[in-house]
Amino acid sequence: MRLHLSLRSGVPIYVQLVTQIKQLAASGRLPVGTELPTIRALAEQLLINPNTVARAYRELEQSGIVTSRRGLGTRVTDRGSPLAQRERARILDDRVQALVTEAARLGFSFEDVVELIRKHRGKMLPEQKESVHE
Amino acid sequence: MSKDFMAAGTELPISVQELCRRFGKKTALDRVTVEVPKGLVFGLVGENGAGKTTLIKHLLGLLKPQSGVVRVFGGDPVREPESVFSRIGYLSENRDLPVWMRVRELIFFTQAFYPDWDSGYAEELRKTFDLDPTAKVKTLSRGQRAQLGLLLALAHRPELLLLDEPSSGLDAVVRRDILGAIIRTVADEGRTVLFSSHLLDEVEYVADHIAFLHEGRLIASGPLSDIKAAHCLFTLHFKQAPAAPPVVPNTISREGGGSEWTFLCEGGHESAHRAAAELGAVIAEEEEPSLEDIFVARVRGRREKMASLREEN
Repeated sequence: MRLHLSLRSGVPIYVQLVTQIKQLAASGRLPVGTELPTIRALAEQLLINPNTVARAYRELEQSGIVTSRRGLGTRVTDRGSPLAQRERARILDDRVQALVTEAARLGFSFEDVVELIRKHRGKMLPEQKESVHE
Repeated sequence: MSKDFMAAGTELPISVQELCRRFGKKTALDRVTVEVPKGLVFGLVGENGAGKTTLIKHLLGLLKPQSGVVRVFGGDPVREPESVFSRIGYLSENRDLPVWMRVRELIFFTQAFYPDWDSGYAEELRKTFDLDPTAKVKTLSRGQRAQLGLLLALAHRPELLLLDEPSSGLDAVVRRDILGAIIRTVADEGRTVLFSSHLLDEVEYVADHIAFLHEGRLIASGPLSDIKAAHCLFTLHFKQAPAAPPVVPNTISREGGGSEWTFLCEGGHESAHRAAAELGAVIAEEEEPSLEDIFVARVRGRREKMASLREEN
């Protein structure tokens, strides 16, 4: 699990952790059942306060992205759950909204954007392509 | 229940009340009050010469308070140095180790002072840091001396780890070793770390609580998240550039010009909205300020205040 933290983003560190782990879970890079590092291990890896990691894990547990049980560690839950689906939809929605706004500001037409999306899809690997049907 | 028992259960690792210290005409510490709760990482921040090292020297009993009270685990570090010292691990800023000793000798020598010395752990750290036991301290690099100093401070598994500017002047690898040691220490139930640093990023990643020293005075202290939540950083956009710099209540710093002005203010997120509404501006950007933003704004604000006071006189 590779996370990228920044103090310049104006976003609290624990929120950055929550968002990135959610995205990794929703995109399948953290498959269902994956055990997250222990609080201590992740704190040592990222060199951040263990309480910050604990707070992020609590938040992830509350929103159902992970479950944590004594002896079993903290594991990623079934991402097919309605909540995770909603989360995935929300991530995509945010991105598309940003893309559409940016394109309009730069003076591109809707067709230009669609054309670019097609072009990038063409560059994807076959197994990635499978999940992006027309 | 005996009185001693009560004291043992509730004693704070560090309690400093109204501590004052002068060196000649210079006031190094001016009525400083700090309490460090158990089990936390406490970051002491401030510019060079702000009084951080002087405060740490009082905790170690190396300086006697001219007025005020210093307690470490409830004890007086000047009068009961042995009982206080055995519970502390300390890494000094200068890492003043005896240069004529060999690494192995220095480890044996230090071990003699601590009944709780953990030789296995010391050896594990020595291997992790790749320190040659037969090397003379004189021949070690700056980073290796810091690692050795850290080993000596950690191997008796102290309840309180005091680090004075632990990563100043060190490369990224050794800094990671030091920060890792801070995190491991506090991850062990009930242990406490106090470290001073002028590297605010480092403090922001690692500390639970902070204290800001500026010219010997404490200008803010408490949980880092509270301190951040008590400040807001926002940029106002005006349709028409105001004739004079806009004024927002509780401003610590103001920058900008023309139609965009950026403020760092005391108060939460609602104070940004109130300011925008009152001035007829829109909030172009709003974010949580970093520790560095707050620190720089406060120090600058103080300097400007002093300069305007001098002008008036």
